[in-house]
Parts: sequence; structure tokens; C-alpha cells
Amino acid sequence: MTKYTEDDLREELKTKEYEYGFYTDIESDTFPIGLNEDVVRAISLKKEEPQWMTDWRLEAFRAWEKMIEPEWANVKYVKPDFQSISYYSAPNTKPKYDSLDEVDPELLETFKKLGISLDEQKALAGVAMDVVIDSVSVATTFKKTLNEKGIIFCSMSEAIKEYPELVRKYIGTVVPQKDNFYAALNSAVFSDGSFCYIPKGVRCPMELSTYFRINQANTGQFERTLVVADEGSYVSYLEGCTAPSRDENQLHAAVVELIAMDDAEIKYSTVQNWYPGNSEGKGGVFNFVTKRGLCEKNAKISWTQVETGSAITWKYPSCILKGDNSVGEFYSIAVTNNFQQADTGTKMIHLGKNTKSTIISKGISAGKSQNSYRGLVQISARAENARNFSQCDSLLMGNDCGAHTFPYIEVKNKSSIIEHEATTSKIGEDQIFYCNQRGIDTEKAIALIVNGFSKEVLNKLPMEFAVEAQKLLEISLEGSVG
Amino acid sequence: MELKEKLIASFMAFENLVDIDLPVHDVRSEAIKEFEAQGFPSKRDEAWKYTSLNSVLKHDYSVFPKRENHIDYNDIKKYFIHDIDTYKIVFIDGKYSSHLSETTHDGIDVCLMSSALTKPKYRLIIENYFNKVATKDSLSSLNTAFSQEGAYIHIPKNKLVAKPIQIVHFSTGNEAALLVQPRNLIVVDENSHVQIIERHQSLTQNPVLTNSVTEIFANKRAIVDYYKIQNDNENASLIDSTFVNQRQESIASVHTFSFGGKLIRNNLNFYQNGERIDSTMKGITIIGNKQHVDHNTLVHHIEPNCESHQDYKGIYADSSTGVFNGKVLVDKEAQKTNAFQANNNILLSDKASINTKPQLEIFADDVKCSHGCTIGQLDESAMFYMRSRGVPEKEAKALLMFAFSNNVMNSVKIPEIKQRITKIIANKLGVNIGFDL
Repeated sequence: MTKYTEDDLREELKTKEYEYGFYTDIESDTFPIGLNEDVVRAISLKKEEPQWMTDWRLEAFRAWEKMIEPEWANVKYVKPDFQSISYYSAPNTKPKYDSLDEVDPELLETFKKLGISLDEQKALAGVAMDVVIDSVSVATTFKKTLNEKGIIFCSMSEAIKEYPELVRKYIGTVVPQKDNFYAALNSAVFSDGSFCYIPKGVRCPMELSTYFRINQANTGQFERTLVVADEGSYVSYLEGCTAPSRDENQLHAAVVELIAMDDAEIKYSTVQNWYPGNSEGKGGVFNFVTKRGLCEKNAKISWTQVETGSAITWKYPSCILKGDNSVGEFYSIAVTNNFQQADTGTKMIHLGKNTKSTIISKGISAGKSQNSYRGLVQISARAENARNFSQCDSLLMGNDCGAHTFPYIEVKNKSSIIEHEATTSKIGEDQIFYCNQRGIDTEKAIALIVNGFSKEVLNKLPMEFAVEAQKLLEISLEGSVG
Repeated sequence: MELKEKLIASFMAFENLVDIDLPVHDVRSEAIKEFEAQGFPSKRDEAWKYTSLNSVLKHDYSVFPKRENHIDYNDIKKYFIHDIDTYKIVFIDGKYSSHLSETTHDGIDVCLMSSALTKPKYRLIIENYFNKVATKDSLSSLNTAFSQEGAYIHIPKNKLVAKPIQIVHFSTGNEAALLVQPRNLIVVDENSHVQIIERHQSLTQNPVLTNSVTEIFANKRAIVDYYKIQNDNENASLIDSTFVNQRQESIASVHTFSFGGKLIRNNLNFYQNGERIDSTMKGITIIGNKQHVDHNTLVHHIEPNCESHQDYKGIYADSSTGVFNGKVLVDKEAQKTNAFQANNNILLSDKASINTKPQLEIFADDVKCSHGCTIGQLDESAMFYMRSRGVPEKEAKALLMFAFSNNVMNSVKIPEIKQRITKIIANKLGVNIGFDL
């Protein structure tokens, strides 16, 4: 075999096409493009929502109209025209299915291509799937097991119908409608999403997961996820995304709210692989997501994310450590290639006493991509003995990409201890040489080094997900991860 | 009248005072337009997110001091590094004081900006260097518009300046509130070496705002050491912008010691226009009461094989606030860059706060860039160790703080400055520790 160098790898990355780029032809019920109050009302009506939900959406829409799209992120793109997007699209083949046989075979084929067909999922121990294809939930599995424990895990629209008092109580409490431009947009037009409630003292026996896909051309995907873990409960929630190859930019503005009450723990893992655009930087998904969690006393929220996709990523999963002794964690790998741009990081807001947070962020940039970490650690005056440790490492592959770090640290308490460190480097020639010397070829050596670089984060993923994360890293940096 | 309007109106009056046939006139007129367009920075500007100028800008500053003031040397001797022989450029209320100064034209030029801007023999230098590295942000533009007086230092090729140069600005408080805008230009040619000490001192409690701009050019293999001592009283505010342009193989360092003043903002920008350059920026900040110190640094790595070192230590007591906003920018061409940035802080009070934002922007792959930032307290076990051995609490604390800032002190090359800083710190902490660090 000829010598495999970093240049070869770069070459390969450049030409690597999106493997999951396909388009399932399912008849869809799609709204005409454009956004106004009537569209918001129509979405609400279509989903047979109660009046309070319609009002809530309208309130958000009115706030959104007055807002200006933020520009502070370190990304450059042509702003989406919000009037040329269709805000609702649902697969036509309703009603809900009882068994897999009833599901549109073409849809099943889609899942097969993704390597996570429902049969396989069912076989895989302990993963319940709430499959979201273009905004409407079409299949829910393992519901029975969850029901026995009193766990509610369903689509958002179902939750609004079945458990309106729960939804009404918690929705918008962590991410208010007017929080930011995209959160307001999402609040106004969200089509569906997942709702999860874990009752007091219950430990959720399986990993919960939703699967997001953008399928219909020109439909923005506006997901809304709400996870509530009541006192002393535990849940591990997985979210993964792949999207078909498209030349027009698709907009994804999701909102995720987590609420961990006293002594509860939520583990939220994401593998994100939206279509990143082709090697000329054409097309690709815009991913503008607001994710935030609220920790009450002794609660813990842990965000783990593997970001390999999207043309533009704008995402800051945050923790509000409100209760004493609460813990926030953020583990992230962001891989950018070609013309991808990522501005991602986290916010840790320490309000309670003895609160702790850990931030581990790994950025890998290749091609002509730009990868930024932007984080905030804020210690309020009352947060005695707060503790934070942050580490941001960047790995650069090639000379056309960039890695940036923008940490904001604001401390108002003398008993807190904050540490932040960041490094930027490339794969060292000496590291490769060391491996070569021991009979490991360059390709494997790079794989080894990249793997080692991201190990701290990969280790945090639940077993069931780690495999998929590995797969996605492989696609993004084909040839470098073994 | 708002300060901004007043300044723009004063510009006309200012033009009557200076020769408008000089080439610098165009630079000034352009700068005032720039300032007029931008206005004073507000908290909405990302670079001023943590520093508000409102409390400083509310005074009705006199822009031109009415008369020349005289001070007796013995009254102000203590503000000089007087135990060594130095060149001195002294300004009182923005006006040059010839009887306190000691300038030279013997081989090197240590003199005044006002003469450099007007005399034909300096014309070439002014044309090539004046306002060439300063940025066009609002406060620097404001300074450029009113640039008239300050220090002018030009060291020609192959000169080792035998004694350090002190630049000292006094304000006497004869005006109710005074705005001074010194403008310094320092050009160090090939293989030359110079050491400069700068200080601003207000002699009364009347509010003073200094908006100072210094441009430093370190040409091939030049070595420039710059020390800023900021220990003013609590009604004096300082906005200091220093721009350093380095050519290949030059070594430049700026040490900033901030112990006093109401509000201090240090903008320190290094541009590395050449290979194998070494840049050092270090600082110690020890403040209390309601003081505010903001360090805003930028190192722009433009060419390969360069190094930069940043090390800022801060100790904040009472209701003081500290800001550190450091940026390392590495261009695509700047391979083999070695950039290091550290910011360590200690908070001594719950009312004190620190905002820090160490940023890296990197476009080259073969680089080693790292930054570290910590916020914490004095080590309790170390305190206990000392106290159990009979060291009183205050002294024990002071010892730990000395040790904390030792890294920065170590790279100070003039022993007398080290001693002076040690004394200032000891004074500040109310201890009497008689050892050198």
C-alpha cells in the first residue's frame, strides 16, 4: 500500500459525499410557503390544539416579528428568507400504526439505509424509538414498558392532547418564548417533537431516543422537546439526526428544554449529522438550536454531543444550576469539514451553592471549515464554593480551516474556583512518526490520534449510541477513524 | 453639553492653535470625523461589554488647560524612579515642563511630539510612522485628532541607550476636571535597545481623564522594554492604547502594573510583521474599593516562527472589578507560531468580580497555542502553615500575593523598578516586608 499521508486524508475528506443523502418519496401534506398569524393559527388548528396553546404560539409569533436575527456568532451565511419556507409538512399516511407491517414500506427502507431500521431497533436492547419524520410522529415503540413505570414518552402533539396540564406547566419555563430569535420562531410554529415525563423516584429502565430527519423539500423543521424528570428520577435521552442531500438550505430551529427537579438526573446525548452541504459549500442544513436545562437541588444535567453535520451550527446547550449542590456537564465533539461552520459551546450559570460544572469541548476542523467554541461560565454572588473546570481543545487538519475559542468567564464570588484551558494543535509529525516506527501505518495512526483526542467525550455516550457516533465520525473523517 | 459635542466643537479651537499647513492636519481632520461617526464606546460594543465609561464621561472636562503650572521637584520626586540616572520627559497638565525634564539629541532623539510634528528634520519619521499602527477605534481617533503633545523617541541604528527613559504626566488639579490626551511615538531602529517607563499621576482629588495613545515601532532586531506604572489616586481615570509594530527578530515587552485609579482601560496591541519575533505582555493588577481595571490585549501573528507570551495576574478586593479580554490571532501564513496566554485571578471579597475572556482565533494548522485562565482564592493550607509558625495573617496573605505575582516580576529587567513595585505592593497591602523578589 502506498503511503497514506495527511494530504491524502484531506483529499479524501474533500471528495467524500454525504452517504445518507437520499430522499424518500412519501406523499406529504404540506402548507404553502410563508409565515403570518394565519399560518400559526392553521398549524395549531391542524394539530387540534387547545386554545391556550394557540394563544401561546401567537404570543411567541408577535414577539418574533419584533426581533432581529442575531449576528454575533462567528459564522457567515446568507440569511434564510423566512417567508419562503413552508412551516408544516406531515407524512400523509396517517393514522397511527399498531405494527411495523402497516408502516409505509418506503419509510422502512429509509431506516434500513440509515442502518437503524425499527426491527433492528426493537432487537437492540432497551431502546424505545419515537420516530419523527418531517415533524409528525409515526411510530412509537416500547410504550408499554414505559407505561408500566408511569413514564410518559410521546410526541409533543400527543402530549398537548393527553397531558395538557403537564405541558402547560412546564413548556417555556426554561426557554421562554421570547428568549431569542430562533426560540421565538420555534415557539410560534413548532410542528412536533417529544415530550417525556419521569415520575418521582423512577429510574427509566431504557435509553429514550427520538430520531429526527428533514425529509420534505423546503420545510423547516421546528422540533420542540421537553423532558421533565421529577424528584429523584433518572433518565437518559438520546437524539440523533441525519438528513437527505439537498441543494437548498434547510432550516432547523429546535428548542430543547430539560427540567431536573430535586435529586433528579438527566443525561441528554445528541448525535447530529444534518446534511453539511457538498464539497463546494453548496446546500446544507442551518442548525440554530436552543437547548437549556434547569437543575434544582442536587440535580444533575449532562449534555453530550457529537456534531458532524450542518452547514451552519449555532448551538449552546446550557445548564442553569439553580439548586444547591447541582451539577452541570457538557461534553462535545464538533467536527467540521469542507465549508461547514460551527459556533457551538455551552453556558453554565451557577446560582446555587456548591454547584459544579465541567466543560470538555473537542473541535476538529478540516477542509475550509471554521470551528468556534463559545462558552459562558457565570458565577453569581450567592453561588458559594462554585466550581468549574473547562477544557477546549482544537485539532486542525490542513491549512485552510480555522479554530477559534471565545470563552466568557464572569465571577462574582470569592469562594469559587474556576479553571479554563484551551489548546490548539495539529496532529504532530512526531506522533505519527512514533506510530510508524512501531509498525502502525499513517492511516491507522491518524485514526488512533483522532480517537484518542475525542475519547473523553465518546466515553460519555451511552453504549447504544457510541456505535452510531463512531459511524458518524467515520463519515465525516473517513479514513481517519478506525 | 455632552462631552462628545464639546470635543467636536473644541476641535475648531484646537485647529486655531496649531499649524494647519502641516501634513498631520489631514490626519487630524480625518480622525475627528471618525470619532464623530463612532462616538464614545458603550457596553453594546463587544470590546466594551464589561467596562462602562458613563461614570467617567459625566464630568465637564476642560479640554485645554488654561495656563502653565509649576511644581517643585521635591514634592513629586517620589513619583520618579529617582535612584537611577534616567532621561525624563515630564508633562504638567498636558504641557511640557522643561525644568523637570532631561531630554537629549545626542545621537538619539528623546524629545517632544510637538516639535517632532512641526520641525522639518523629523518630517520623514513622522510621515513614515505617525498614526501608522494605531487603530481607528473611537478613542484612538479622538486622541489622533487632538494629537499635539507627548513623548517622541527615536533611536537610530545600532544604539544601546545607556539609561532608561521616564515619561511622567502630572495633573495639578488647577482645573475642576481635566482631559489630557498625550500622544507618544517611539521608533527604535535596527539593533537598538531602549527601556522606557511611563507613569500618570494626579496630584489632587479633582477628576482627571487621560486618553493616551502610544505607538511603538521595533524594527529589525530591536529590543524594546516598556513599563507602565499605574498607581494614580481614585479620581483619576486612564484609557491607554498602546500599539506595537514589530519587525523581524525584534523583541518587545510591555509590563503593566495597575494598582490605582478609578477606571483603567489598557488596550495593548502587538502586530508581528516579520519572522522570529518575540512579544511579551505581562501585568499585575492589585486593586480594591470601587476601582476598575480592564486589560484588553491583542497579539496578531502575521508571519511564521514567532512567539508571544501573555501573563496577567490580578488580585481584587472590596468592590473592585477586573476585566481581561485577551485575543491571539494567528494568520494562515503564520505557521510554527508559539502563543501562550495566561490569566490568573484571586478574588478577596464577595463584592469583587472578575470577567475574563481569553480568546484564540487560529487559521494556521502547525501552531502551538494555548491559554489558561483561573479564578480562585489564597491557599488556605499555605495560610495555615505560615500562621502556625507565627506569621501574622496580614503578612502571610501578603507573602502569598507576592508569590502569586512573582512570575511577572521575574521578567522585569530594571532592578529599581522591581524594588519600586515591591514597595508599592507592600504599601498597598499595609505590610512591611523587606525583601526583594
